Amino acid sequence: MAVKVLIPTPLRQFTGKQASIECNAATVGEALGSLTGSFAELRKHLYTEEGKIRSFVNVYLNDEDIRFLDKENTQTKDGDTISIVPSIAGGSTEQK
Amino acid sequence: MAIPTGTLPKEEVRLSKEEVLRYSRHLIMPEVGLEGQLKLKRARVLLIGTGGLGAPLGLYLAAAGVGHLGLVDFDVVDFSNLQRQVTFSTGDVGKHKTAAAKARLSGLNPTIQIETFETRLTSENALELFRDFDIIVDGTDNFPTRFLVNDACLLLGKPNVYGSIFRFEGQATVFGYPGGPCYRCLYPEPPPPGLVPSCAEGGVLGVLPGIVGSIQAMETIKLILGSGEPLVGRLLLFDALGMRFRELKLRKNPACPVCGDHRTITKLIDYEEFCGIRGEEAPPMTDGIPEITAKDLKARQDRGDDILVLDVREPHEYQICNLNGKLIPLGELPRRVNELDSSREMVVHCRSGKRSADAIQFLQKAGFKKLLNLKGGVLAWADEVDPSMPKY
Repeated sequence: MAVKVLIPTPLRQFTGKQASIECNAATVGEALGSLTGSFAELRKHLYTEEGKIRSFVNVYLNDEDIRFLDKENTQTKDGDTISIVPSIAGGSTEQK
Repeated sequence: MAIPTGTLPKEEVRLSKEEVLRYSRHLIMPEVGLEGQLKLKRARVLLIGTGGLGAPLGLYLAAAGVGHLGLVDFDVVDFSNLQRQVTFSTGDVGKHKTAAAKARLSGLNPTIQIETFETRLTSENALELFRDFDIIVDGTDNFPTRFLVNDACLLLGKPNVYGSIFRFEGQATVFGYPGGPCYRCLYPEPPPPGLVPSCAEGGVLGVLPGIVGSIQAMETIKLILGSGEPLVGRLLLFDALGMRFRELKLRKNPACPVCGDHRTITKLIDYEEFCGIRGEEAPPMTDGIPEITAKDLKARQDRGDDILVLDVREPHEYQICNLNGKLIPLGELPRRVNELDSSREMVVHCRSGKRSADAIQFLQKAGFKKLLNLKGGVLAWADEVDPSMPKY
């Protein structure tokens, strides 16, 4: 299934600045696997060392949180959009 | 459903002739009208943070006639705030933010009451501060305070109008609305420090907090009026570069520790410990990292010592000011480490010393030995060696 994965600003530095990536995947997990396969540095930002999606990163299939669907086994169909939504805290971000 | 507001009996709140004129563009709208304007006047709204998000919030809520505004902030106005914190003027630099904001908002609308709390929000004072307000608006800039505001709002049963920003992306929603989800339903845990690339990737487009803060102001007013569809159970995502709004469904998590079926959090906790940090102002982890001061580095360079200066900031920061060092941004270091000669002595620096400390820890693991961290980064260089160098 051809799906689009939207990359949030904080993680674009690991995808060569690309804001979205197209890939073929039958499930959300496959799409994320394909993504971290192409961009290895992204992996530790999305997954724990045990291979679980980090709890401060949410993954949506279209407008639904996959935690309330079939998690990473959620099936995709052509034209679906997967969004990675990390927590951001800024109100007036300062550099360090 | 309108959020119950104010403690004054309804009949005691009236509009003066001057207020009728001031709010006439509200009064002639059926969605607000006299009844709605009186609801606004009775309302008590607490703004956490008077910075980027707090600026449009304060201005619009004051202008709209929210009768009682509370402002919580411990900070003073800095020159670098003026790019986005539009409540403040150049002449306010150095003043306490709450005092400067109060002066500005009172000038805008002298008929409202403004209460200032010049303090950092903590687990000790949050419940006491929140108790007297109807709605809490979260415009803070760090994870511990976000979780603290969420938990305190839930313990007291108050809605939390949430907004946050990052560079040119924003998020907004209303948490803690009766029956709705909370911040922990969305994000059960904060990111561990250092994993979210906030430092090197920092910065924010000045207009962005203006837009996201204005959305929060709109939602606050809608909650007070009880009109329209509140932003509950929906996370609004705003991408300023693509100029797109998207909406994602937010669901109440039955396993949420603070609003779920089996609550394990029934009082406020230590949020800095929860987020794995000891305070925003805590010095970076420099244990075991050898340092050199800017003055000593200058002296050794003048003496002709062979030292490689490695700058681990981003290229756009290098353009602002630099020490003629070799530029390898921290994020690129792992794949470019072979460009470095481990036999040479190396001084690593960034803006203030945090990223360079991370770089040194990485390089130490990669087998480099002759490493020194420039204490205080280019900021210290500007202070101690070259006062003509711009700081940012």
